[in-house]
Amino acid sequence: MGAEKIQIVEGRALPIRGEDMDTDRIMPARFLKSITFEGLDTHVFEDDRLEAKRAGRVHSFDESKYQGAAILLANRNFGSGSSREHAPQGLRRWGIRAIVAESFAEIFFGNSLMIGLACVTASAKDVEMLMSLVEGDANAVLTIDLKAGTCQANGRTIPVSIPDHVRDTLMTGAWDTTGLLLDHYEQVNAVAEKLPYLTGF
Amino acid sequence: MGKTLLQKVWDLHKVRTLPTGQTQLFIGLHLIHEVTTPQAFDALRERGWRVARPDRTFGTVDHIVPTRQRQRPFLDVMAEDMIASLERNARDFGIPLYDIGDDRQGIVHVIGPELGLTQPGMTIACGDSHTSTHGAFGAVAFGIGTSQVRDVLASQCLAIEPLKVRRIRIAGQLPNGVYAKDVILTIIQRLGVGGGNGYAYEYAGDTIERMSMDERMTVCNMSIEGGARVGYVNPDETTFTYMEGRPFAPQGEAFARAKTWWRSIASDSDAVYDDEVEIRAAELTPVVTWGVNPGQSIGIEGKVPTPGGADQQSVADALGYMGLTAGQAIAGMKVDVAFIGSCTNGRLSDLREAARIVRGHRVANGVKALVVPGSVAVQRAAEREGLDATFRDAGFDWRDAGCSMCLGMNPDKLEGNQVCAASSNRNFKGRQGSPTGRTLLMSPAMVAAAAITGVVSDVRELLAESPAGVR
Repeated sequence: MGAEKIQIVEGRALPIRGEDMDTDRIMPARFLKSITFEGLDTHVFEDDRLEAKRAGRVHSFDESKYQGAAILLANRNFGSGSSREHAPQGLRRWGIRAIVAESFAEIFFGNSLMIGLACVTASAKDVEMLMSLVEGDANAVLTIDLKAGTCQANGRTIPVSIPDHVRDTLMTGAWDTTGLLLDHYEQVNAVAEKLPYLTGF
Repeated sequence: MGKTLLQKVWDLHKVRTLPTGQTQLFIGLHLIHEVTTPQAFDALRERGWRVARPDRTFGTVDHIVPTRQRQRPFLDVMAEDMIASLERNARDFGIPLYDIGDDRQGIVHVIGPELGLTQPGMTIACGDSHTSTHGAFGAVAFGIGTSQVRDVLASQCLAIEPLKVRRIRIAGQLPNGVYAKDVILTIIQRLGVGGGNGYAYEYAGDTIERMSMDERMTVCNMSIEGGARVGYVNPDETTFTYMEGRPFAPQGEAFARAKTWWRSIASDSDAVYDDEVEIRAAELTPVVTWGVNPGQSIGIEGKVPTPGGADQQSVADALGYMGLTAGQAIAGMKVDVAFIGSCTNGRLSDLREAARIVRGHRVANGVKALVVPGSVAVQRAAEREGLDATFRDAGFDWRDAGCSMCLGMNPDKLEGNQVCAASSNRNFKGRQGSPTGRTLLMSPAMVAAAAITGVVSDVRELLAESPAGVR
């Protein structure tokens, strides 16, 4: 498939502080009740935003200074829980094109890759540095270079990690995998033909 | 050097290494439901693709279906649209669908095993993170997202990275009143909600070997809550006895041949693991979650933590959301709702055990209690035993099969900041349908105890009074 090749993601960033940020929080289940992904951008972190409002705080996604951000900064185990692709879909449709976190939950990470949303990891110290930086200066522009494995911001460069295959997949535009899986289909049939539960025991 | 079940199943299903370095893995069984598939079928239509193996694809409806007043069209227009979309897709692409009104309908992870679709040595995928449940049979089962559902529909394959294997050995006799749910909640509490990232969990040891298939499914079901996408138990005689005679299981002499093959895919005794963990069953107690993720739990006799150390922020945030005071006992916390059901604990043995606690008691004043069987088959079997009458007589609602109050996508939801004692799998903020709702995860027997006492209670005390005595 002719999907977009992604090497550099550049833009302003928005911090979401907290460990184990689950996909029910990123996209509450009631918004999964639609047969399309359209409009999910408007419901990102909806209940957390309401909770913040009630407590007299402003959630990052409601802060005017973070509007238009392209990079999300997060802590440990971001995207845990449900396999709902609606979570990364909502973030992507809102405008997030890359996430820098201390770590990701596995299904969320895979779902993000499938839609070309780049997920890279950085040390807790560096994530904290980036969060503090953008909290102080929301206009700071971050540049994530997947090939170099770096994130630059205000003249500072930190290392970011991304598994080799994920980097290659994003950089070659092969993240839309279906076409790839349909190539060499005779090999798929050959595997199926030797599985006793398909051929009959 | 021996191999683990995961390695054997992986090798058998590997098509090739993709240019990206991922494995192209053949999927032996694809289970689908109404919520995570509409966009995947749309993608197939847009690109002019067919479903590669409609004979290996099976659908049911569970997440959005009401558990009462199920006449069509549903009152909820969006739910009606969603179910109609799956019906159209199943018809257009030739996929069997166990719809509302079908005796085989139910939660996808309950009906797969019941029908004998789930078998040892298979690779299984489904657009739901609790697909790990099927690992109880010695299958390698992945929860996937909608784009991956598209991939599996179109190619019957997944592009996926290899997993490491952590063996978790549980040894010894579980004390009375301590269940499979307490085992998995303890594992998650000890290893963390992200501890399983990159791993498959192999559950082993004599405690697991003595467990019924229902109990093994409860354990495997919540692997994902520990961050492990896959969890499994090696198949044994308990597995085979469960499977014999099920509609999609091999029949007659083929069943005997199948058993030989199923045994061969179990982990070798000299298999090497990437990590090993030991848990002593005798030390376990009934577990209750106090926070907003399944790792935030304590024993029923325990006290909720005081913020401090590295987790300070998340503990304080969770206590605040739950309305708990640092250091308070969890026992005695008032509950508003009691929910027995879900793919974790909505099977016949779960309902039997809960009914045993409930018998002769009444639901406490002010508590709304409901029992939602995991499938129509579970519902019918329970009704044949009179369990529905036991629950109804005690003041519980007896509902039709579905995911119900586990996830707030259907009419069964918490209201306001209600506290729910739940036999389900997630206590995330807002999980049960109210943005301020509060969930306490526990075993179905513990939910039954909370329902009749009106507060979080130690089921062991009720069991001590019960004439049925030891389990």
